[in-house]
Amino acid sequence: MGVEIAVTGLTKTFGSQTIWRDVTLTLPAGEISVMLGPSGTGKSVFLKTLVGLLKPDRGSIVIDGKDLTRLREHDLYEVRKLFGVLFQDGALFGSMTLFDNVAFPLREHTKKTEAEIARIVHEKMELVGLEGAEKKLPGEISGGMRKRAGLARALVLDPEILLIDEPDSGLDPVRTSYINQLFVDLNAQIEATFLIVTHDINTARTVPDNIGLLYHRHLAMFGPREMLLSSEEPVVRQFLNAQTIGPIGMSEEKDADELAAESGRELPPLPPIPPQLGTSDGRPRRGERPAGEWCREHGVTPPPGSFQTAGALTPPRQTEYAAELATAAAPGPAGGPVGAVGEVD
Amino acid sequence: MAAPLTGVLRQSGSLFALALDVLRALPRRPFQVKEFIQQSWFIASVTILPTALVSIPFGAVIALQLGTLTRQLGAQSYTGAASVLAVLREASPIVTALLIAGAGGSAICADLGSRKIREEIDAMEVLGISPIHRLVVPRVLASMLVAVLLNGLVSVVGVVGGYVFNVIVQGGTPGAYIASFTALAQLPDLWTAEIKALIFGAIAAIVAAYKGLGAGGGPKGVGDAVNQSVVITFMLLFVVNFVITAVYFQVVPQKI
Repeated sequence: MGVEIAVTGLTKTFGSQTIWRDVTLTLPAGEISVMLGPSGTGKSVFLKTLVGLLKPDRGSIVIDGKDLTRLREHDLYEVRKLFGVLFQDGALFGSMTLFDNVAFPLREHTKKTEAEIARIVHEKMELVGLEGAEKKLPGEISGGMRKRAGLARALVLDPEILLIDEPDSGLDPVRTSYINQLFVDLNAQIEATFLIVTHDINTARTVPDNIGLLYHRHLAMFGPREMLLSSEEPVVRQFLNAQTIGPIGMSEEKDADELAAESGRELPPLPPIPPQLGTSDGRPRRGERPAGEWCREHGVTPPPGSFQTAGALTPPRQTEYAAELATAAAPGPAGGPVGAVGEVD
Repeated sequence: MAAPLTGVLRQSGSLFALALDVLRALPRRPFQVKEFIQQSWFIASVTILPTALVSIPFGAVIALQLGTLTRQLGAQSYTGAASVLAVLREASPIVTALLIAGAGGSAICADLGSRKIREEIDAMEVLGISPIHRLVVPRVLASMLVAVLLNGLVSVVGVVGGYVFNVIVQGGTPGAYIASFTALAQLPDLWTAEIKALIFGAIAAIVAAYKGLGAGGGPKGVGDAVNQSVVITFMLLFVVNFVITAVYFQVVPQKI
């Protein structure tokens, strides 16, 4: 049903270098959150700290009433069974076939028979669109397929929390959309708590219920999607709209001279808040809130044109589009010109 | 000033911590039989041929030195005895150490290091499986087993090489060589050599695992880790070899 993760005052340093300090946030149970940040701000470090792979210097991470930072090695392994983690490149075991990779957690942690294992593995492989590739080795398939196989392995123990490290790195925009849609559908189905670490603006603007932004060694802001997308706070505004004007510079933060030179220039208006990506069958998710609800409750006027579906392929239209293509191109492959399943490498 | 020193201390501390973790994980069930057999086979396959090829000239060099030396001292009848002693006591554990560290250890380190940078190790931990129990313990045991077997191989090949060299090249008498075989050497020499090999195998695998699991910074990090693991293992093995030899002379009474 999803578990809440409460992070308080988390600080991490490597030697004399502070990665981030005093990060405090609560990932609400069953909702999708995205952690954003410029390259090199320790997003992946944050994710690894959440699973206990790295020890923070200070602060606590409370999951299910247990503080992860104080657990003994043995108890930590127990708590980790709540987690599914999708690493950047899938992190599949190179010597095993995809089937064995996905079956691995089941064989290690459950007493299921091989027949049951095979049934569950096939179910998960089908879920991520990889049926038929069970016999392949990780070295023989494309990056996108490795990610999806990694996802199948992360899902196999029915996790309460799913952590995803840069799902869009190395994927083209079409595959990124497919995998984002997969996350939304999965969230509706398993109702786990999702945390996606990324610097892809499009993912961050359309997928999550909550957005966090790591910048300059601290958490700049964390809150509902509409709060950040309508925020006038310079760092948040610059990053979420991918602009050069603002406090973030090419390497780290800009110096005073650069900021002064920009001070006269007018900031471009906030772009409209795009509608949130829905499930592909139109079923509402548990964590989903009606469009514009946060803005109304907090007396914020969203930028003009917000929450309108025009232009973008929103889920109902996407399915229509796919159906149109399927009928138009019959007897060709169904599901659009680039099928998630029909990918070969 | 203090930074390099604390760095060295921290490294040695973590190395010992890993060694302790391996000890603690040793009795944990289920034992990874398949991994152990695969690794034993793998380490044996990368070390057997180089070991045999190194021990032939090693035995020959010892025979050459001793053949000349014993003639100068007028003790030709002891050529065989001295040659066996040298091969059994020092040459075979050292050759085993070099090959286990250079061929076996570097392969273990490269394997674990590349898994580390592909995040396989992290994934394994997240899946609730200890990489120490699953990957390191079988490798350490495999390395120990293969080291003991290699030590036997080096002893035999070295002694035979020395015999062939002494008798055929240097014109020694086969009878005298064989007759003096056990004049100086005794059974505890063989046991000590095997114990040395066992410890060398464990050290090589633990250092390789330590460096491999600590690899970072992409493919270059793996290369650096392999390099460091071989250098550190060599240094440790020679020190440990000296200590064991010193203890041996105190504990075991010598012939004559």
